[in-house]
This record gives sequence, C-alpha cells and structure tokens, in this order.
Amino acid sequence: MLKKIGLSILAFLFVSSFMILSAGTIRIGAIVSATGPASFLGDPELKTLQHYVKKINDAGGVDGQKIKLIAYDTSGSPKKAVTFVKRLISQDKVVAIIGPSTTGETMAVIKFVQRAKIPLISMAGAVAIIKPVKKYVFKMVATDRMACKRIMQDLKKRKLTNLALISGSGGFGRSMRKQCKVVAPSYGIKIVADETYGKKDTDMTTQLLKIKNNKKVQAVLNPGFGQGPAIVTKNYRQLKIKQPLYQSHGVASKKFIEMAGKAANGVRLVSPPVIVADKLPDSNPIKKVALAYKNEYEKTFHTQVASFGGHAYDSLYAIVTAIKAEKSTNPQKIRDGIENLKNFQGVDGIVNMSPTDHLGLDTKTGMVMLDIKNGDWVIVK
Amino acid sequence: MSEFFGFLLSGVTVGFIYALVGIGFTVIYNSSGIINFSQGEFVMAGGMSTVFLLKAGLPLGVSFILAIMITSMIGIVLYKLISFSKESSQISLIILTLGFAIFLRGLAEVVFDKELHTIPSFVGDGSFDMFGTTLTYQSILIMIVSIVIVTLLYFFFKKTKTGQAMMAASINVDAARLMGINIKKILMINFALSATIAAIGGILLTPITSTNYEVGIMLGLKGFAAAIIGGLSNPFGAVVGGLVLGILESLIAGYVSSEYKDAVAFVVMLGILFFMPGGIFGNTKAQRV
Amino acid sequence: MLKRYNINRDILTLSAILIVAPFFFQNDFYYEIAIVSLLNALICVGLNMLMGYAGQVSLGHGAFAGLGGYIAVILGSRYGISPLFSIFIAIVTMAIFAFLISKPILRLKGHYLAMATLGVGIIISIVLNVEDELTGGSDGMSVDSFTMFGYEFTDSLQWYILCAFLLVLTIWMFTNLIDSPFGRVLKSIEGSEKAANSVGINVSHYKSIVFVISVVIATIAGSLYAFFSGFISPIEASFSHSIELVVMVVLGGLGRIYGAFIGAVILTILPQLLTSFEDYQTLIYGSIIIFVMIFMPKGIASVYEDVKGRVFASNK
Repeated sequence: MLKKIGLSILAFLFVSSFMILSAGTIRIGAIVSATGPASFLGDPELKTLQHYVKKINDAGGVDGQKIKLIAYDTSGSPKKAVTFVKRLISQDKVVAIIGPSTTGETMAVIKFVQRAKIPLISMAGAVAIIKPVKKYVFKMVATDRMACKRIMQDLKKRKLTNLALISGSGGFGRSMRKQCKVVAPSYGIKIVADETYGKKDTDMTTQLLKIKNNKKVQAVLNPGFGQGPAIVTKNYRQLKIKQPLYQSHGVASKKFIEMAGKAANGVRLVSPPVIVADKLPDSNPIKKVALAYKNEYEKTFHTQVASFGGHAYDSLYAIVTAIKAEKSTNPQKIRDGIENLKNFQGVDGIVNMSPTDHLGLDTKTGMVMLDIKNGDWVIVK
Repeated sequence: MSEFFGFLLSGVTVGFIYALVGIGFTVIYNSSGIINFSQGEFVMAGGMSTVFLLKAGLPLGVSFILAIMITSMIGIVLYKLISFSKESSQISLIILTLGFAIFLRGLAEVVFDKELHTIPSFVGDGSFDMFGTTLTYQSILIMIVSIVIVTLLYFFFKKTKTGQAMMAASINVDAARLMGINIKKILMINFALSATIAAIGGILLTPITSTNYEVGIMLGLKGFAAAIIGGLSNPFGAVVGGLVLGILESLIAGYVSSEYKDAVAFVVMLGILFFMPGGIFGNTKAQRV
Repeated sequence: MLKRYNINRDILTLSAILIVAPFFFQNDFYYEIAIVSLLNALICVGLNMLMGYAGQVSLGHGAFAGLGGYIAVILGSRYGISPLFSIFIAIVTMAIFAFLISKPILRLKGHYLAMATLGVGIIISIVLNVEDELTGGSDGMSVDSFTMFGYEFTDSLQWYILCAFLLVLTIWMFTNLIDSPFGRVLKSIEGSEKAANSVGINVSHYKSIVFVISVVIATIAGSLYAFFSGFISPIEASFSHSIELVVMVVLGGLGRIYGAFIGAVILTILPQLLTSFEDYQTLIYGSIIIFVMIFMPKGIASVYEDVKGRVFASNK
C-alpha cells in the first residue's frame, strides 16, 4: 500500500519536472491580489500587466526577447504570497518580480527575494517597504507618509485641528495610521480618537458611534483599503455624522464609489493623479504618460481606470527599461538597472532611483486631493 | 447613556441574524442529531443568489423567492448526501457537512465570484433617530421578519400535523416510525426548512453588511454558538441565544475592545458548555451522544 | 531483537520511501511540498492517536499547532532565545495549557466536544490576529532562520532529513505505545468509556494524557513549520487549518497509523496539483471530502484492507 502510493507520488514528481524552462524569453513573475478583499488593487494591476506584456511582445519584445509573465493570485493572503514567491523563484525561475499588491504581503516576502537575490518592485503603499533600503526591493508608489502629509496640509488649510482616526487593521491601515500620527503634530493637528476595525469586519457602527459621541472631533480619517472603507463610509452616513470624512489613496478607484454608493458623495481623498489625468493642467509633467495609460486602459477594458493599475504599468516598464539599459536579463543586472533609473516617466510620477532611495518618486507630482461629487472625482483646488 | 442604547440597538439587529442562523441549526439537530456545519453557507447561498438574480435583471420579489428555493434545494441535496453515506459515526457526519460547506464555498466562487457584493435596502435608506443613534429601516425589517418567522415556527410545530409529526420524530424515531410517520420525508422537510430560514437571514443581512462567498464561515460559527447557548435542541432558545450574543458583542465592542468582539461568542459558548451543558434552557435531550 | 522494538516491515518501507524520494526532487519547490507533507503528517499522527485510538474529536489542533509555533517564534525572533530552546519552552507551555483545558473539555462528548475544541481554537486565532504588537496581526511575521547546536539550517535537504527523521521516530514510538498496556486502555476507552470506567480505569486521566501528547506533537510540528517557511501568520491557527488536519486523519483512516501519513501527503500535494484549476480548487477539494465520507468513511487505508482482507501488521 505505502509502496504503491510512494511510487505514484514519485512518478508524478518525475513527469511534472519536464515542464520547465524554454529559452529566449524573459520570465517575469507577478504576485497580485486579484480576488478577495483587496481585489480593488490586484484586478486592475493584473489586467494592466497582461495587456502591456502582450503589447510589448506584439511589438517584437525587449531587444528581440519575448516576455513571459507568470502571475499568481494571492487573494490578499500573506501566506499565499510567501508560497508563490518561493514558487516563482525556485520553480518558475523568474528574473524579476512585480508585486505584491498589499503592504502586509510585501513585508512577508521581502526576506525571500533578498535571500534569492531577485529584484522585486512592490505595488504597495507603506514607507517601511523601502525604508530602510533593502538591496533587492523597490517601489514606485507614493508612500503612506506622503499621503498623510498631503491630508494634514489640507486639514490645516481648512483649520480642522482635531482629527479622529478609524483605521483598518491590515498592514496598509496599520502603517498609515502610524505615519499619520507621526506627521500630524508638525501640522498642528491633534489625534483625538483612534479606532480600528478588522480586515473582514462588516459593521463599523460601534466604532463610529464612539467617534460621533466625541465632541472634540472636527474631521475623520479612514486609512484602509478594500471593503473596509466602503463600509465605514456607509455607516458614517447612516449615523449622520456631520464632520468631513477623509479617505486614503487606498480607495482611489471607481470600485469604491460603486461599493459605498451614494454615501461616497462628499468624501475627500488623497490619490495618485492618474485617475484624473484628463483633468490635470497641461503643465503637469506626468500628464502625457498618465493620460495615455488612462485612455488605453479604459478603451481596452471598458471600465474606469484605477490608480493601482498605474503602479503595475510603472513597475513593468521600469524592469523593461532596466533590461534595455543593462543589455542583460540577469537578475543582478536588472536590479542595478532599476537602481540607476533616472528621470523615468511613470504614470505615478517622475522617478529618480539611487542606492539610498529605492522609491525615487518626486513628491510634487505624486499626490492630489480629490472630492467625490455625484459619483465622480473632482480635483480640490 | 445614549451611547449604551446605541450599542444595544445595533446589538439587537445583529442578534436577530445570529438567531436566524441558530434556529437553522436546531431544526436539523432536533430531527436528525446532526450538527450541520454548512448552515453558514446556506446563509451565504441565500444572499449571493439574491445579488446575482437581481443583477440578472429579475425583480426583487422573484429574486427572493428563487433564492430561497435554490437554498432549500441545497438543503435537500445535503440530506440526500447524508442518507447515502455508508457510515453514520459522528466524526464522519461532522466532516461530511464540513466538506459540503467547503464545496458550497467553492461553488459560489465559480458560479458567482470572490468579490464583496451589496444590494440596496428593501425598504429605503431611511432611518429613525432614537437614543442618540439611528435605527435604519432595514434593521427594523430584520427584527420584524425574525419575529414573524419564530412565531410561524411555533405554530408549525405546535398546531400543524406535519409539525407535530416532526416533533414526535425528534423525540423518538422508532416510536414515530411505528406510528406510520415517514421519517425520511420528515428529515427532508427539516433540512429544507432549515435552509429556508438561513436563506431569509442571508437575504435580509446583505443590504447591511454586504456578502461574499466566505461570509458564511463566521456567521455559521456565531449562529452555532447561539444555538448552544439556547440549548441546541430548542429553536426558541436559539433566538434568546442569538440576542444575548448580539448584545454582548456590541457592548464589548463599545466599551472594551472592538477587536475582541468576535471572541465573545466563543467565550460565552465555552462557559455554557463547561458549566451548563444543556444551555440556558437546558433539557434532557442535550445529553444526547 | 527487531521484533522486540517493533521495527516491522511497514516502518522500514516508510523509511525507504522517505530516503528514496529526494532523488526525484527537481528543486526547492518539491522539497517544500515534501517537508510540509511530513510536518502535517506529524501532527496527524498525534491527532489520530487522540481521535482514532482514544475516540476524542478535536477541531482545534490547527490552532494548537499555530499557537505553539507563535510562542516559539516570538521567543526566538523577538527575545533572541535560541530556536531549539524556544521550541522547548513552547512545548512546555502548550503541554501545561493542554492539560489545564483537557479536564473540562474532555468531559464533553460527541458534538459538544467538537464544538468546545472548535471554540478554543477560534479564540486562539482571534487572539493571534488582535495582538499585532506581538504577532504582527493578520499579516503575520517573519521568522529568523533555524539553528541547532550552532548549525544553521539553510538548505531544504537538511529540513527534509530532520522532518523525515522526526516522523519515523514518532511513528515508531506510537507503534510501541499502541501495543503496550497503555494502548489497550485507549482502545477500551474508544470502545466504551462506561465499560472502561467500570473496570477501574481512570478514563479522564488517560484522555488527558493523550490530549497533551497530541498537542505537544502539534506544537513541535507547528514551530518547525514556522522556522522552515521563515514566516508565520494566523492562518496556521485558523479554523480551516484545524479542519484540514481532521480531514487528513479521517481521509487516511481513523485509528490507522499510516493512514494519517497517507492522508497528510495526499491533502498537502492535492492543492498544488490543483493550482492549474485555480478557480475550481475549493470546489474540487470539497467534492473529494464529500466523496470520501460517503463511499469510504473509514478512510483510504480501509479500502486497501477491504480489498486485501489483511490488516496492517502493526494495527492488529
């Protein structure tokens, strides 16, 4: 009995080992959270990657070599992200990895790419990913710290000095909550309430009731992504809380407006500029790339662009640019190439990497404030 | 004080949902001695079917009825599977229903999707202001429907012939069989009835909390705790159990820690199991092994 | 001599398979699956003793393994205690914990026992999720590498050898235990607690011992898994992991030592085979459980016995 089972397992291992490696392709791995609570992020990212990889290959590839994209869906689970990163490294033999989509997943996989010496460009928000600098880890997405600063500026301008936080307990929410608490005092803003909710919670009434009953609160900020902020927004309106509600760049997608419905109207949020690319002034240096991406995405997928897809676009082209610059598909060379990116025009902004800065994003172009009015974005002047 | 009433009200709404799930457990347990671990998935099936039937353009009423019918069919399928099983040890039955729950979750992923969905409130977005908090029309609807269901169940078991046959079967299977009661049919009705109640819960819940393919896991477990607190074999105990849980949860979340609110149900359940295993409405049947 | 220590054909066959298998592993990915299979098998051997021999269901062993793993990892990674010593502390802590809860929990029977273990498991997983300062919350935490006597485990083969050795050792100890008077007492408890009680066996005492042993084994496997994978998250302690373990044991065959091994291997490899049917993975998994429970409720090992009409020598 045991013998038989043992033999059939061995036979399986033997047969499946022939499936590996075809030459002349650049194997790029992607780990995205395409389904589940973080599908807001992963879905447009995956679509973008697949579309532009095809586009690059149709145009002859990178220096004559086709790209093979190997993408896995983690549905937002750090455990799955770890398994898939290991799989990409040892089984699929990729030369670079794009993703994961969320902070928690990224923090979980860093150790493994560092050990395997494979460059990784994360699409998540937290500043902790690239600070302190890790040799093989990059990201080009605006950090939560930048987002916090932008929001505090806006609060200061409106003279709202007493802020309540209601944060998601996942990596993104936790990190942004921490960053906002750090930067708040330098804008003269006090955190007067600090509530949290769980990743899969479906009702935040209790936390909001406490905020509602706190007389000091002048404005509320909700760091989080996915379904949480939509529920917070709905509950917020149900409880008829009057103070202005701020959301993070974690909700910068039409999906949020869909989920929160009418309740979304009146929400103010900080966002990468791509979702309003058409409304940017022509003087904005990223308008050209951002608008081209927005139009192509919307034409191809018949749905409104989300900022997260832009992260995928930037990551993919950063790797392509690095390969071209170094004339090599060696992971080590690709890493060097990414670190040497100068004046790289991305959807999210202009990027100048260096050995001490693995973010390289220009802060001035990185973030805009938006209001949601009648289910659409309006740039705050 | 107004805060207290606010927490209380939101607790009562959630409590009725737990109650509906809990009743489903007791209906099946009473007749068959089986704990149905896919009860939460019945709730999910009700909610998700409604979402997608509405998306397909069917009117509200038709979607409800179809969703309930679909879910009760699922209940009957589970009964058929159980009756096919060669062995009826408790462990294998527990695992069979757990497997069925996983199967239903997988089915929902394939037939529907993995996203979170919501539907508009059936009675409008309005709400009453009271005790410094608000009570949405949907919450009120949940309370009313739950009370109606419990009342109907009461009359069904006490006054109708089928209901009495079901009670008889639950007390003594062999005696009931001798009296000419068709046990198989009774069991099947119980499974369908339990699924129907779960589906109604799932539909009512969706506008408030949204739904997705795995929403049934936690709901199932909480409903289960509600059923235990009420004594497992008593549908009306499950209602009290559900309300107790909902209110405790809300108070703990409000005054102690919103993060630990999910643990409340299980701490209370363990307390009951350790100190009064028959539940707060304990009776002899709870000793059933 | 061999006979005396119960070194029978089955355990030699198992060892042979485990020795030969690595020659067919193409890369680290195969090792990873093999090691996870072995560690799951380890937990299942202990769980099988509890469920299959002493007749006590537990829907909480995933949580026990996860909590044990967390204790070891937190001591190791956050307080700089050596991995081996932190695993030791985890074992002692979990053994005490298991002993304390065993008395009230194992008094319950059938469904009530299942529910109580489930409840304890879920409370554990909630605590691990909430105490994020200590555990990293739902995102989990990285784990430092594993060292033993100053010797660092970096290579998959080292891990494979360690886990394979532990599994064979545990199975060997269990075969001996089952054949001992202790094992016969367990069997009598499984048969009828009342009967066992009436002949003067302290049933509750024996049940507690088995429960503690199974939790200790789960702790060992759980902490080794955390150190091996370099990462731990509350998913290890989740309800679904507990269910998975029970399904492994039942799928392999309750009360059959090698059944636990077979069940663990099959159910660890299966999801990896199903990744190409990604969308249908859960559906297929659920269907397989239902199928097995309906058509071979005594597990895969029993089917073999039905066909061959012969019982594993060790289980007679």
